[in-house]
Amino acid sequence: MDKLRDSGSGPRAQGLILTTLFASSALVASTAKADWELNMPVGVTEISQSVYSLHMIIFWICVVIAVIVFGVMFWSIFHHRKSKGVKPASFHESTTVEIIWTVIPLLILVGMAVPATATLRQMYDTSDAEVDIQITGYQWKWRYQYLNEEIDFFSNLTTPKEQIENQAEKTDTYLLEVDNPLVLPVGKKVRFLLTSNDVIHSWWIPDFAVKKDAIPGFINEAWTKIDKPGTYRGQCAELCGKDHGFMPIVVVAMNDDDYAAWVAQQQTAKQAKAASAEKEWTLAELMTKGEQVYNTACAACHQANGMGIPGAFPALKGSPMATQDKAGHINIVLNGKAGTAMAAYGSQFDAVDLAAVITYERNAWGNDTGEIVTPQDIKQIQGQ
Amino acid sequence: MNDMTQPELMHGHHGPARGITRWIYTTNHKDIGTLYLWFSFAMFLIGGCMALVIRSELFQPGLQLVQPEFFNQMTTMHGLIMVFGAVMPAFVGLANWMIPLMVGAPDMALPRMNNLSFWILPFAFAMLLSTLLMEGGGPNFGWTFYAPLSTTYAPPSVTFFIFSVHMMGISSIMGAINVIATILNMRAPGMTMMKMPLFVWTWLITAFLLIAVMPVLAGVITMMLMDIHFGTSFFDAGGGGDPVLFQHLFWFFGHPEVYIMILPAFGIISHIVPTFSRKRLFGYASMVYATASIALLSFVVWAHHMFTVGLPLAGELFFMYSTMLIAVPTGVKVFNWISTMFRGAISFETPMLFAIGFIVLFTIGGFSGLMLAISPADFQYHDTYFVVAHFHYVLVPGAVFSIIAGAYYWLPKWTGHMYDERLGQWHFWLSMVGVNLTFFPMHFIGLAGMPRRIPDYALQFADFNMIASIGGFLFGFSQLLFLYIVIKCVKGGQKAEDKPWEGAEGLEWQVASPAPYHTFAQPPRID
Amino acid sequence: MKDQNPHKTTVSKLVLATLGMFLFGFLLVPLYDVFCDITGLNGKVSNTAYVEKEGFTIDPNRKVTVQFLTNTNANMNWLFEAEARSIQVHPGELTRVSFSVVNPSLKRMTAQAVPSVSPSEGAEYLLKTQCFCFEQQELNPGASQQMTLLFRVDPQLPDHISTLTLAYTLFDISSTRPVSSIAERPGTYSGFPAATDSLFTSQSLLISHAQTLRLAGGY
Repeated sequence: MDKLRDSGSGPRAQGLILTTLFASSALVASTAKADWELNMPVGVTEISQSVYSLHMIIFWICVVIAVIVFGVMFWSIFHHRKSKGVKPASFHESTTVEIIWTVIPLLILVGMAVPATATLRQMYDTSDAEVDIQITGYQWKWRYQYLNEEIDFFSNLTTPKEQIENQAEKTDTYLLEVDNPLVLPVGKKVRFLLTSNDVIHSWWIPDFAVKKDAIPGFINEAWTKIDKPGTYRGQCAELCGKDHGFMPIVVVAMNDDDYAAWVAQQQTAKQAKAASAEKEWTLAELMTKGEQVYNTACAACHQANGMGIPGAFPALKGSPMATQDKAGHINIVLNGKAGTAMAAYGSQFDAVDLAAVITYERNAWGNDTGEIVTPQDIKQIQGQ
Repeated sequence: MNDMTQPELMHGHHGPARGITRWIYTTNHKDIGTLYLWFSFAMFLIGGCMALVIRSELFQPGLQLVQPEFFNQMTTMHGLIMVFGAVMPAFVGLANWMIPLMVGAPDMALPRMNNLSFWILPFAFAMLLSTLLMEGGGPNFGWTFYAPLSTTYAPPSVTFFIFSVHMMGISSIMGAINVIATILNMRAPGMTMMKMPLFVWTWLITAFLLIAVMPVLAGVITMMLMDIHFGTSFFDAGGGGDPVLFQHLFWFFGHPEVYIMILPAFGIISHIVPTFSRKRLFGYASMVYATASIALLSFVVWAHHMFTVGLPLAGELFFMYSTMLIAVPTGVKVFNWISTMFRGAISFETPMLFAIGFIVLFTIGGFSGLMLAISPADFQYHDTYFVVAHFHYVLVPGAVFSIIAGAYYWLPKWTGHMYDERLGQWHFWLSMVGVNLTFFPMHFIGLAGMPRRIPDYALQFADFNMIASIGGFLFGFSQLLFLYIVIKCVKGGQKAEDKPWEGAEGLEWQVASPAPYHTFAQPPRID
Repeated sequence: MKDQNPHKTTVSKLVLATLGMFLFGFLLVPLYDVFCDITGLNGKVSNTAYVEKEGFTIDPNRKVTVQFLTNTNANMNWLFEAEARSIQVHPGELTRVSFSVVNPSLKRMTAQAVPSVSPSEGAEYLLKTQCFCFEQQELNPGASQQMTLLFRVDPQLPDHISTLTLAYTLFDISSTRPVSSIAERPGTYSGFPAATDSLFTSQSLLISHAQTLRLAGGY
């Protein structure tokens, strides 16, 4: 055995590697822009605070156990080395010891389970909510419906493609910014009803300690009560396909007055939107509007250049559907295509957006049909 | 007991055939063990390359190398290949090599089935890998393939994925049947159950787990196949099914599967630690009972993977408590290993280094597992990099380190040569630093809120991701050193004694090094 | 390999165990449904009509809010609405709610409504005597129809539940189910005679126990 132990290279190798390691992490640290976040956020709800303290209690219990266990181990490693000429002992069992180290961990576990159970009970109590919001996951965006206020909108990622593709500088809220954040009142119990339109998603805001799966066909519940006004950001937590990493969640928490003003403003905007469906739209107006809609709703699959992804999502550029078959084109946008990822957008967008996006697809990327599809056309087809 | 291993003395036996047919037609447990080990190493490298694609993309925020759809295929394939292609076959390879030697049997119980169960694998993985080249790409729904992402929304190649998983399952089940039959029927006279080496014990329990859950996995993917092609609705709410049912069925397989990948590791460590501590394993019987109770508990904890799907409160509580309970037998094992080292005479050859690395890092993985068991806290951890850190800690410095430790430990027996100890030590320290550099920062980015399986991330996660990527490359390339060490050891080196480790015990050290093609034609007697 | 016999027994037992576990995997599917029925897991509710028992006492002192959510799944383009977003009922009281659907597409389609109740603990207390979700709906292009839900809230509903949410998600199942020939009966999705619809105006969402029994006798 001793011939194998001429291994002075072990410690030497270790030293060398550790030096390199520290040097490289120091390098990384010095170039760091954003804050270093090391731990779970304490959050802004009672629940998130109890979850945080649970997390810390368990963490410290683990640290204490680790110190004891590894302490004994490293003590043995240093003091019971063969190179020190020690003779091995011969003990190899003890029922008493086995019982002790079965029972003590059990007691520790019971100690952990008690506060965990209390917090869990509280998390499951969704009764007496003042605001009810239905959250629906879509590939790859969120829809928020305020059940009592008749407010209903989609929330899409707004980070420009140039930033994602490293052609523009990334901002602080990179990938965590949306066009329409969920607005919630502070100090009121808000109940979330979660479901999904397609695959399983998971709605998560770390600052609220709320994470719940959105499952197609089923409804899940969660609740929160925010203590502090502010903007809180999270992301979809369940793999939901290609753009799983690109469907953030942003919540803006407001005090009561601001919230009431926001609700009122939403109602006005809704009426304005309804009115705009009645006006005459020009091709140029529809194209501008359509490009916006296309980039939020269609570009993820069909791509901004209309080329699609071969084998997965068909191209629109030059396709017979987008250049000739107008009725078919309107039909597929409104009603989707069964058995594919093409959803029925008729239920997601209003007539203006639908008309604009179809017009855009029929005229962009050299499709140049010159045809206009008006909001009125759409309304007629939808039978409204 | 006498050496009874000179092949030329064994009447009626002959050496291996020559050329490639030796490997294709072989029914010899040592040949098949070797095939399994090389196959799993090849898969380890392929899966590792995929991990490096992932880590390269995540080196910086933004999309640089790959597009999200390919990124998802990489995460999925990396998981599938590492679980079914690297870790499981490696353990089966070790079982093939060592179980007959350890129980004093001449070969596995069913040598021809043994050949078949290996040779299915290359075809299964060739099929799985070929999906990457198919239209629509390979599986992109994660190795857990949750419906409906893996059914209604899956790429067309999902059918090939299903067939290849079926083949892997059949291979594993045949391997498990073989192991059980060998252990139950072919032990040398006098080797009672409670005298079996721990590697044999842990594999016996693992094999029963395989028999219990691989068929359930086969059932789940059969249901998927029927949903996709034959109009059933097991997992489609529109037809009266339930996507959550998929998760229950999958994790009913999946959680025991986790222990399938770690129990044999416990066995290997339970051999190496006493050998290099020159002291008998502390608490042999309690090790056996702990292994059995972990296996039994593994059937009643599956829903802790699903705390956020909306289980009823009672369900959450039940699965939280049962999961926490697993910490007890696992703790017993760690305490036993440490008591074995305590007051031993420890030396630090490469297998022991990897074993110590295993104990420390696996325990860290165990701690994060305990944290994940706490259901309210799991609402924050679930599906973040904290989980990624957790299971990589139990699988890489856990399962993989134990396999590497086992390989170093038994290489002298397999090849008849000592490996290069100096390089072995280098391999350990590089791997140790690489592993921690890769996976430790993932705890932080997970707690800070980075979801798993995303190709691009917010800026506050950038620094730790960069460190993890550097660590990933360090760990990955260190394994090429392992390849070199193994090849060097196969080709030559210092001649190994029959029992190259002073403190080693067991029948495998009573045969010559390298182990002759046929061993224990006459069973040894154990008293 | 002198003695193959012990292997044969072992192997056949293990193969049987394997097959058994394969079947057990499939057996878990109905077991799961039973489990869901008992625990209300996932907010799943029974998909067969609740058979009325005599002797529901209406609890006039307690009010429970029942919310209705109407969703459509991915490729489903029907317009789907409940006549009321939420109503208040006394436990035990038989209540009727009407839902409307329109098929705005250019083809005949078949739909299946999938119910889900939240909180899941309350699922088993929502007793549906009649529901459009027990059947499939077929609609011609442009057609619309009213669909009926008759339910009561079990007076046993635990006190801490004051709101029950009933969500319906419409799935397009046209492709999995061939369009049948009952085209001449548009709007008859259930055995409920269209004439009786007039008995229920939107103002009288709530009807008495006695009334229903009478109506029930009619079909």
